[in-house]
Amino acid sequence: MQLTRRNAILMGAGAILMTGLPLRASAAGEDAIAAFTGGAEVGEGDIKLTAPEIAENGNTVPIEVSSDSATEIMVLALGNPTPPVATFKFGPLAASRSASTRIRLAGTQDVVAIAKLEDGSFVKASTTVKVTIGGCGG
Amino acid sequence: MAEGVKPRVKVPKTASAGEVIVIKTLISHKMESGQRKDGDGNVIPRSIINRFTCDFNGENVVDVTLEPAISTNPYLEFEATVPESGEFKFTWYDDDGSVYEEIKKIAVE
Amino acid sequence: MKRLTVTFTAGLMAATLASADPVDDTLVLNGETEIVTRTAPSPVVADVLDEVISGWHYRGTETRAMQADDFDNPGMIFVEKAEDVWNASEGSEGKSCADCHGASEEMAGVRPVYPKWNEEAGEVRTLEMQINDCREDRMGAEPWKYTGGDMVNMTALISSVSRGMPVDVAIDGPAESTWEQGKDLYYTRFGQLELACASCHEENNGKMIRADHLSQGQINGFPVYRLKNSKLNAVHSRFKGCVRDTRAETFAPGSPEFIALELYVASRGNGLSVEGPSIRN
Repeated sequence: MQLTRRNAILMGAGAILMTGLPLRASAAGEDAIAAFTGGAEVGEGDIKLTAPEIAENGNTVPIEVSSDSATEIMVLALGNPTPPVATFKFGPLAASRSASTRIRLAGTQDVVAIAKLEDGSFVKASTTVKVTIGGCGG
Repeated sequence: MAEGVKPRVKVPKTASAGEVIVIKTLISHKMESGQRKDGDGNVIPRSIINRFTCDFNGENVVDVTLEPAISTNPYLEFEATVPESGEFKFTWYDDDGSVYEEIKKIAVE
Repeated sequence: MKRLTVTFTAGLMAATLASADPVDDTLVLNGETEIVTRTAPSPVVADVLDEVISGWHYRGTETRAMQADDFDNPGMIFVEKAEDVWNASEGSEGKSCADCHGASEEMAGVRPVYPKWNEEAGEVRTLEMQINDCREDRMGAEPWKYTGGDMVNMTALISSVSRGMPVDVAIDGPAESTWEQGKDLYYTRFGQLELACASCHEENNGKMIRADHLSQGQINGFPVYRLKNSKLNAVHSRFKGCVRDTRAETFAPGSPEFIALELYVASRGNGLSVEGPSIRN
C-alpha cells in the first residue's frame, strides 16, 4: 500500500488531533471489541503488547502480543479506518500464547490487544505508536 | 489465484520431543486494503489473505484471522511444541478463494 | 489550511525526533556475515566526506533489525522468486541462467564491480543491462523492463550472494569519461528547487528533511525493500524519485545519464559492503 503525499498530510492532521484530544475508541472499534468479548467487562492483567514507540513508517509496524493463559488475542488499531487488525487463536500445540506480525497504522494512534483468558475473562493492554511522516516522496 | 503468491516458512529440521520451536512465515501478497483509490478515483477492491492456520500432524498450533491492516507480504511468528516426528501444514486463505499450502517435515530425536 | 497542517506536522515531528545523526550499531547478517556499514572514504570522496556511511545507520531500530535476518527481510522472498527464474529455461535457445553460470552463488563478486566497462560493447554496463544482454543474445528471450519486477528480483538475487563483499567499481581507464559525466550530474542543480544530489546527500547528510533522516545516499544496499511501498526498488527508480522531488523533468531509468550517475554514486561507496536487498524507509 503506497503512502501518498496526500495521505501523509491527512495522517499528519490526524496526529495533531490525536495529541490534542483525549483518545477514544471509534464506534467501529467499540463494535469490534463488543463482538469479541460479547459485552463482558475488560480488565487489566495477563496480556502484553509490544510495539515501537515511534514507527519509521506506518506501512510496516512490527508488533508482538503475549500472554500466559490467553486462548485468543485480538489486536485493534483504533485510529485506522477499519480498526480490527488480527485475531490469534492458540491451538493445543501452541508452545506459548504469543505471536508477532507487521501491521499498518494510518497515523499516530493507540494499538490495543484484548485477550480472552482460559477462565473466560477478558483483559487488555494498549500502547500509543507515533507514526512519522517521510522526508522526500522518493 | 492472485499473481505470483509465494509462501516462505522457517522451521528447524530437527527438535527434541516436547521442545519449543520458533516458526516464522511470510507470504508474498499485496494485501490490497480496499481503502485505496486508483488514478481515476475508483476504489481498488479489497484483496487480502484473510486467514492463516498452522497444524502439526492434524492438531492445531495457531489459527489467525487477518484484516486489511496487516502489512503487504504478511509476516507471522509464533511458537509450537512438537511431541513427535511429523509434518507442519501451513495454509493461507485468499479473499479470491485461493488456498496456498506449504508442508514442512520435522524429525524428533 | 493544507500548508498550515504541513507546518504544524513538521514542528510536531521535529519535537519527537531528537537527533538525526547516524546510529552507532553493527550489522551482522544472520549472526554470521559481518557487513561493513562505515568505512574510510575512498580517494573519490576523501576531500568531501570524513567517513562513508551506509543508509542502514540512518534507519530505526526495528528497520535495522529486519535487515539483519534473512527470514525477517521481506526482500528475500523476491530473491527466492528470482532463484526459481534463475533455474528455469526460457527463450528460443531453451537455456536458463544456470545453464551457463551454474548455481546463483557462482555470481558472488559480480554485484560489487557493476556498473562496469564492457570492452566488446564499448560501453559502461549496469547489472540490468548485462542481464538483458544475456536474455536477448544468449537465451533468445524478451528483455525485461529496466525497473520491472522480474528485473529487480534478479538483481536482488545477484546482489544477495555478494553481501559482505566490498563495493569496488573501477572508475579509471575506459570507464573514466562515463564516471566524469556521472560526477557532473551529481553536482548539477536540477528542478524548480535547484537541488543537486550533493545539496542533500553531501552537504546536509545527518540532518533532517521534514521528518526523515538525510543519508549519504549510498547505493550499496540496492535493490532496496522500502517500507513505504512494500516492494523492492531499483536504484534508477530511486534516482528518478529524487530528481522528481527537485521538481525537475527526470531522466528515464536505463538512460545514459542514470547509468553514469550510478557508476559515480557507486564509486562514492567503494569499500562499503554490498547489502542488497536491504531495508529502508
